Amino acid sequence: MAEPVKRLLQGNGACVEGAIYAGLKFYAGYPITPSTEIAEACARQLPRIGGRFIQMEDEIASMAAIVGASVSGLKSMTATSGPGYSLMLENIGYAYMTETPCVIVNVQRGGPSTGLPTKISQSDTMQARWGSHGDFTSVAVAPSTVGDTITETIRAFNLAERFRTPVTILLDEVIGHSREIVTLPQPGQYEIVNRVKPTVKPEKFVPFELTANGVSPMPAYGEGYRYNVTGLTHDVMGFATNRADEIQAKLDKLRNKIANYEDEIQKLRVEMMDDADVAFITYGSVSRAALQATSLARQAGKKVGSIQLYTVWPFAYDRIKELCSRCKKVIVAELNMGQVVHEVEKVVCSDTEIHTLQRYDGEILTPEQLLEKLEEVL
Amino acid sequence: MTAESNDKASIPQDRFEIRLSGSGGQGMIFGSVVLCEAIGRAGDKNVVQSQSYGPEARGGASKADVVVSSEEIYYPKAMKLDLLLAMTQEALDKYYPDLKENGMLVVDNTLVTEIPDRDHYARPFTRLAREEVGHIMVANVVALGAICALTDIVPLDVLTDAVLARAPRGTEDRNRKAIEIGYNEAMKLKKK
Repeated sequence: MAEPVKRLLQGNGACVEGAIYAGLKFYAGYPITPSTEIAEACARQLPRIGGRFIQMEDEIASMAAIVGASVSGLKSMTATSGPGYSLMLENIGYAYMTETPCVIVNVQRGGPSTGLPTKISQSDTMQARWGSHGDFTSVAVAPSTVGDTITETIRAFNLAERFRTPVTILLDEVIGHSREIVTLPQPGQYEIVNRVKPTVKPEKFVPFELTANGVSPMPAYGEGYRYNVTGLTHDVMGFATNRADEIQAKLDKLRNKIANYEDEIQKLRVEMMDDADVAFITYGSVSRAALQATSLARQAGKKVGSIQLYTVWPFAYDRIKELCSRCKKVIVAELNMGQVVHEVEKVVCSDTEIHTLQRYDGEILTPEQLLEKLEEVL
Repeated sequence: MTAESNDKASIPQDRFEIRLSGSGGQGMIFGSVVLCEAIGRAGDKNVVQSQSYGPEARGGASKADVVVSSEEIYYPKAMKLDLLLAMTQEALDKYYPDLKENGMLVVDNTLVTEIPDRDHYARPFTRLAREEVGHIMVANVVALGAICALTDIVPLDVLTDAVLARAPRGTEDRNRKAIEIGYNEAMKLKKK
């Protein structure tokens, strides 16, 4: 095996390293702070590996382009921030309905509207779950370090390919712009998932066939398999339907292909929870403040633990319920006015107190603030 | 796919927090990136760099933080500084309260006139860059040379290589000279 390559990278650069490792071949986007370095790195790196970079006229077109590229067989990605993510939502819904694998990176900044271009926020967490209209089950991952960003981006691509679904990477300004020395992944170090292709003859091909796991084999356009791609609710042949049984079957398929494998998608980092009386629940860069606060509190003899959500959606209700049932109090800390806390409230029983710590002034929560909150609730 | 561990974490004893501060255009962010790369080349320490700056291309307060540790770095930003470099009065006034009581204060006294009454290292990095090197732009590299002499976070040759690897082609000589001047000037202070 070759000597490991270490490099000083920004979170945004790490995202591109992870994406290319996972097989990214097509990027379309419209630059926006604090995500622009992702577009810049893709513009530099993709042409060297036979990929394509296109700067589109806006985010609506960017999302359309990556869906088209994916239907043509290429692993595709776009990156943006809140204002651009809002514009992408219509076509993200199109990707859900057409079951097109693709990756959308949202390097979060403050909102609403154009908000705070250079300031951190986690206020798009719910948008990643429910942003597009209609019923669907979304997948979103949230790295917290530059190194994480490589591995979580690889995971995002693998989940997109495995489940034929768009996957959102929720980065934030602090991770996107911070630099850390990371070891680049070696060839073969991480598993790479590629979409399953049809093996039947083209004339026997049923494009949205309900398979055992709910995921239909997906050919690339131009490979001889002809099928209809539409945002209208469709039957297994891909044609619009108004039949109640087919409508329900399609929506069940969209949900169940992910819901039946939730435990394989959900990923938590659980630290010092064995004997914890109080738990921090966090995700993204706030998890780093939580780990710092937890370790300082432990040094002071306090029984505190930390639960970090690497997978934000689908939410790990069962695991969170089980972990929280063991402690007396939880503190849900987020850079918004309260989003994930409502998911925690759904499952944590009344014997466990739920406290919140929310910051939405453009700055990251500090370990000191978490420790102050801890003192307050203890 | 879950990652779990219950290792007892603790604050690493050698967590070292540096802030390079000045005004936009003085190369504080460049300096912090080079410093991180040098630390990376020099050993197996973990390092995180973060920055904050205004929308202006020149002027406005600018700071870049570098956190170094041999253990996993949880919180990526500086909490209480071990070393503060202040290239302007505004930066010193703004960030001095973040410095630990026994932290190291390094000041460019070309532009900073009011220095707190405590231990500090002051050399005119900007004037040295202008008069000794002939390029005011390398004041940040002079300051890096000084930090190298005053701490043991990175060896001089490694820092020099990292600076030269990042600096634009054709500026190697002036950068090499800048780093040496900064290093030697700081060594003089140390001997006193």
